[in-house]
Amino acid sequence: MAKRTFKIWRGNAEGGEFVTYETDITEGMVVLDAIHQIQSESANDLAVRWNCKAGKCGSCSMEINGKPKLSCMTRMNSMPATGEIVIQPMKAFPVVKDLVCDVSYNYERNKMIPPFSPRPREADGTHRMVQDDVDRIQEFRKCLECFLCMDVCHVHRDHGKQKEFSGPRWMIRLASLEMHPLDIVDRIPLIKKEHGSGYCNITRCCTEVCPEHINITDNGIIPLKERVVDRFYDPIAMLMRKVFGPRKPHKKLPVIND
Amino acid sequence: MSHDIKTIEHDVIVIGAGGAGLRAAIECSAHGLDTAVVCKSLLGKAHTVMAEGGMAAALRNADNRDNWAVHFRDTMRGSKFLGVYRMAELHAKQAPERVKELEDWGAVFDRTKDGLINQRNFGGHRFPRLAHVGDRTGLELIRTLQDHGIHQGFEVYMECKAVKLIKDGDAVAGVLCLWKDSGRFMLLKAKAIILATGGAGKMWRVTSNSWEYTGDGAAMAYDAGAELMDIEFVQFHPTGMVWPPSVRGTLVTEGVRGEGGHLRNSEGKRFMFNYVPERFASETADTEEEAAKWLAGDKEARRPPELLTRDVVARAIYNEVKAGRGSPHGGAFLDIASNRPAEYIKKKLPSMYHQFKELAELDITTTPMEVGPTTHYFMGGIRVDPDSQQATTVKGLFACGECAAGLHGANRLGGNSLSDLIVFGKLAGDGAAAYAKGLGTAPSISDDQVTDAVRHVTAPLNRETGENPFQLHDELCEIMGEHVGIYRTEDGLGAGLEKLVGWREKIKNAKAHASSQYNAGWHEALDLESMAVVSQAVAMAAKERKESRGGHSRADHEVEDYDHWGNINIILKKGDDDEMVLSHYQREAPDPFLEKIAKATVEELDAMTASGEVEI
Repeated sequence: MAKRTFKIWRGNAEGGEFVTYETDITEGMVVLDAIHQIQSESANDLAVRWNCKAGKCGSCSMEINGKPKLSCMTRMNSMPATGEIVIQPMKAFPVVKDLVCDVSYNYERNKMIPPFSPRPREADGTHRMVQDDVDRIQEFRKCLECFLCMDVCHVHRDHGKQKEFSGPRWMIRLASLEMHPLDIVDRIPLIKKEHGSGYCNITRCCTEVCPEHINITDNGIIPLKERVVDRFYDPIAMLMRKVFGPRKPHKKLPVIND
Repeated sequence: MSHDIKTIEHDVIVIGAGGAGLRAAIECSAHGLDTAVVCKSLLGKAHTVMAEGGMAAALRNADNRDNWAVHFRDTMRGSKFLGVYRMAELHAKQAPERVKELEDWGAVFDRTKDGLINQRNFGGHRFPRLAHVGDRTGLELIRTLQDHGIHQGFEVYMECKAVKLIKDGDAVAGVLCLWKDSGRFMLLKAKAIILATGGAGKMWRVTSNSWEYTGDGAAMAYDAGAELMDIEFVQFHPTGMVWPPSVRGTLVTEGVRGEGGHLRNSEGKRFMFNYVPERFASETADTEEEAAKWLAGDKEARRPPELLTRDVVARAIYNEVKAGRGSPHGGAFLDIASNRPAEYIKKKLPSMYHQFKELAELDITTTPMEVGPTTHYFMGGIRVDPDSQQATTVKGLFACGECAAGLHGANRLGGNSLSDLIVFGKLAGDGAAAYAKGLGTAPSISDDQVTDAVRHVTAPLNRETGENPFQLHDELCEIMGEHVGIYRTEDGLGAGLEKLVGWREKIKNAKAHASSQYNAGWHEALDLESMAVVSQAVAMAAKERKESRGGHSRADHEVEDYDHWGNINIILKKGDDDEMVLSHYQREAPDPFLEKIAKATVEELDAMTASGEVEI
């Protein structure tokens, strides 16, 4: 392959601009390789976050030709054959410098979630769960925390409702706890109120960009919304609660064959 | 404190937020200490996240013949008997409870049919022992510790680089840190400091390691007067990707072989049958038929030779390629597609499937992978007390995980790293807590030490012109690859050491352009200083050890020398004139009972267990 031109956003919270660079592209390169080459050749101080370069840590999220992606998993040969490649930081987070954003919002949101609390271990000192029951939360636990889903969530990106709605990553984290067979905490009221599950209107943009192909909307957010509806808006359930007292959150416990 | 540097005081500072650092911080908090973690990256991104195959613990869920003594024996044999017996004992005995504790904190491991934590086979482990989650076990470990840890009350300083340990007499008193985003300094005072900074695999170009792996902990500890031990033992993992060039070195989990993957050369031969070391011959299958029976679950059959220890497999692939029997891009063929159905592969090795599909445009459910050795792990590091994890020569300084030496000796078994993190992370937390609580008055810090350190660290920004730090890093990789690679020689190491002298002169003139705000070139220049210490230590120790053992292979001394070198650990320490001083540590005789277990045959150990001599 030959030289390619990159327009990379350079700047900080006060402002910035696109700067043009050229670098040689060889077989198998990913966009992050090209950025590293530019950094080494002509922009030593270029700020870019990355760690594993193998799609496992979720650090190198950015917008490549307008699409939110992990730059370490975006091959150069998947780019249009000609023309400039435009690279900019994730839009839904404040910029620190160049391609690096301030993602501290996510760490604050995580802290708001009551931690996992298991039922006691069984008499033999183990916890028993069957694979079928953990398959669905193992899907959610694949999350790398790349925050690409947060970047495309229009409740954040376009409407700035970060305070009202925690966003897809944290819905998935909540779902992984809510559906955990061992967990005994009831987070449904919190999911409704503090985390604002009602704000998601199921456009599935988050699911589309997930590099781990987690079915965020259908397998995570919609079931949470349903549980909220069951709890707060189902008139028959409300009547039952009035008559029989508040219902304990239903958690399916595993059935183990001896 | 001096100038405009913000100073914060804690009881304990943990440097590094991978599995070991987070586990240590959780323990310190549990002891009621005011604790803080400092990490170079964001929380949850440390190198632990890349671990794939699993964590080794004799839970006995997948095969009830397993127990701590078998795990201990496997670890010592894997270490080529250079591991610290006491550490291997603690590790084997405590790993099961540490793994179960992760489950109490929310980890969701793959399950057995009975609903227990499932365990898989791995190299050098006699029984299926690795608790795992597909091939993303490291992510599960770090996320579990992270999500549990944030509710334990310790502070986390993210994207903050520890640059220098500050001492008060012969004890640590604090650490100077640099905020990456603002370029400002912060001084953390503490009674005890725990290093959990990982290895230094970034000194080689073909590596499975992330940018963080620059040996910062080893270098800071060395600078503060600690001893480095076994640093010549660098593990070259047998299976890294070899194609395309930009991902050369990226890890291919040993889980592929654990799940039944075969290694073949260009002639289609399963060459590992030709590389079985004598000591392992009685426990290894000698025909493809027997290996196939083992994979099918026959408990009488012996293990396939692909599951020999990593040092053996890495050398075998290297030699096959050298003999002209390599794959098109200079590796060996790793074939899982012929042995397992596509759905099984996607379920048990999802990230391998994804990684090859995305990065190499290859479908591992139909096509063999090409793999070759890649720099992976430092067995050596900071020498510590086996029980408390305190550095041998610096009071109040503790080390755990990859940056500490001892557990793995000359070669680490796959899966023993993640269990190392949680076992010794906890013990380091206990050790640091006991030390901090026993300390009467907090140590004090002199302004001069801090001012000097700040001047030194900011020098790359302040000089007018100088060398490009990224190119200097590239030069180091060139030197290490050529002279301190998988096979080493006296002459090669000598030449390498010479080149390193010149290279260290150059890095004194590294230049970082532009401002101090999130400046990648500046951070690179600082990492080079850590690598300068560790590269010299590895090359010196490798030149000194005139034998081949585990991860250290000498083309000019090919045998394992048990009479002499088997009893010696090489130690490196800073001398009075700042020169690196090498010495031999004559190993003391191990505990006779532990030695008996480690050196027993399979039959002898089984008899010891049956008679109750070994309690399980």
